[in-house]
Amino acid sequence: MTLMVLDGVTVLRGKCPVVDDVSMSVAAGEFVGLIGPNGAGKTTLLRAALGLLAHQGRSSLAALPVAARARVAAFLPQSRDVAWPVDVETLVGFGRVPHLDGVPTKDDRAAVDRALTRMGLEPFRNRTVTALSGGELARVLIARVLAQETPLILADEPIAGLDPESQIRTMEVLADLAAEGRAVVASVHDLGLAMRYCTRLVMVSQGRLVADGAPGRVLSDDNLAKVFGIRVFRGETPDGPVLQPVAVIR
Amino acid sequence: MKGGRLLAGLWLLVAVLFAASLLIGPAGLGLMDSLSALLRGEGEAVTLVMREIRLPRALLGVMVGAALGLSGAAMQGFLRNPLAEPGLIGVSPSAALGAVIALQTGVAASFTLALPLAALAGAGVAVALVLALAGPRGAALTLILAGIAISALAGALMSLVLNLSPNPFAAMEIVFWMMGSLADRSMVHVWLAAPFMAAGAVILLRLGRALDALTLGEDAAAALGINLDRLRLGMTFGVAALVGAATAVAGAVGFVGLVVPHLLRPLVGARPSRLLPASALGGAAVILAADIATRLIAPDRDLKLGVLTALVGAPFFLHLIWRMRKDLA
Repeated sequence: MTLMVLDGVTVLRGKCPVVDDVSMSVAAGEFVGLIGPNGAGKTTLLRAALGLLAHQGRSSLAALPVAARARVAAFLPQSRDVAWPVDVETLVGFGRVPHLDGVPTKDDRAAVDRALTRMGLEPFRNRTVTALSGGELARVLIARVLAQETPLILADEPIAGLDPESQIRTMEVLADLAAEGRAVVASVHDLGLAMRYCTRLVMVSQGRLVADGAPGRVLSDDNLAKVFGIRVFRGETPDGPVLQPVAVIR
Repeated sequence: MKGGRLLAGLWLLVAVLFAASLLIGPAGLGLMDSLSALLRGEGEAVTLVMREIRLPRALLGVMVGAALGLSGAAMQGFLRNPLAEPGLIGVSPSAALGAVIALQTGVAASFTLALPLAALAGAGVAVALVLALAGPRGAALTLILAGIAISALAGALMSLVLNLSPNPFAAMEIVFWMMGSLADRSMVHVWLAAPFMAAGAVILLRLGRALDALTLGEDAAAALGINLDRLRLGMTFGVAALVGAATAVAGAVGFVGLVVPHLLRPLVGARPSRLLPASALGGAAVILAADIATRLIAPDRDLKLGVLTALVGAPFFLHLIWRMRKDLA
């Protein structure tokens, strides 16, 4: 089942295109990694896809009414700024906002519990978010997105700034969600983790989509040299393939 | 439930202070006399004092306080900033300007409602200007910048009116009005302010869910199904109706909209939607208490309500900043 379709999406800043004629679609069961250097337009593409940004072309999500869209797609922004010192359970509960009709029901509380359990946050339930470490807060914010329980999740750099254990655990959670029949689109800078966990990679450079397909094929030496300007080391381990950037080639 | 207990406590506090406000005053009436006069109209003079002087004063205390507390809490939630206050969108200075012009031109003396109506007109002009300047899709920041510009303009025009004042008494009258007070108001004021305040309160209390979502930032809120354009319009009209009406009947009463949400935030777990009703009740309690205090501290000097709230509010606010600074260090 197709959950999101972009057709010729273009975002202009002044006259300069930041996202340039991008077309792609995402189906249930896919974990799509959005990769590309800084400034390639990953964040802009995610925001335009959600209709948070004026754009040309068509995005199936942006075409939905605001309230209906929030029940189809959840969004994890890059910013981890939380305005008020609420407790973890309350913050995760904000993910239920699109489903609320008055006071939270038993379903809403159950969804919050599931999200907390999935991210291993049960012990943190009553902690104030200002008392958390950066990595803990990042996991709480992902739990907030999970509590929204949408078929599609768009995440902007969900593992940036996390320690290695949390990075792997987070990628596992996102991969599991896709395996369960939901779809995840996440911008990721760690090419090794992207290769291991994503079912498909979309590579963008200067606003344009330059490669789209199976991770092994997208992460070819050619593409990595052309788009990132790097050379990588590749290896095999019992836990899966390894891809490690080792040198700049221009 | 913790939140329920807090609201119940605040309701009780408001009820006690409301009763105290009815029973305390220079006329020195007995408790039973006051009550029977208020409820059954026994004793002509006492009934007059209770129904025409003290009742509107106590009612306006509740209304003005709730309006300021509620709009302060909403404004802080909307701007995601604990230092925001309802005056930021320029409504209170513009309402004050309307009132000042009415006083200056003598229109205020022509009929009871002239002054508050002029103040409401000022508030309406401010809203129209802010929305025109910020545009229908303007960001929160543009709204505030427009508000600051309009506040500055209203302030300058008020100074101009004072500057050109024909005699010192007119200037004195304006200065005293601007200090804010609930003295000598009638039921006419209550009926004038009530519809605006009720409309503003209904609008703002319904924004709780949106303000909760906004805790995570504008992008996250929009992705949670919040229509940010509608939120911005609701905030502007709601705050303008509440603050415009409050300024129209009570003059400028500062610091309540800033300090009350601050005080209550830890008690509601910092959740914006729960802060709204709590802050409305808290604001009502603070204004009632301050108004009672003006009568007790200087019974024969007509101490102004706005002077007292600023006098108590400012040092308290300094204390909050001091504590916040220590937390951050």
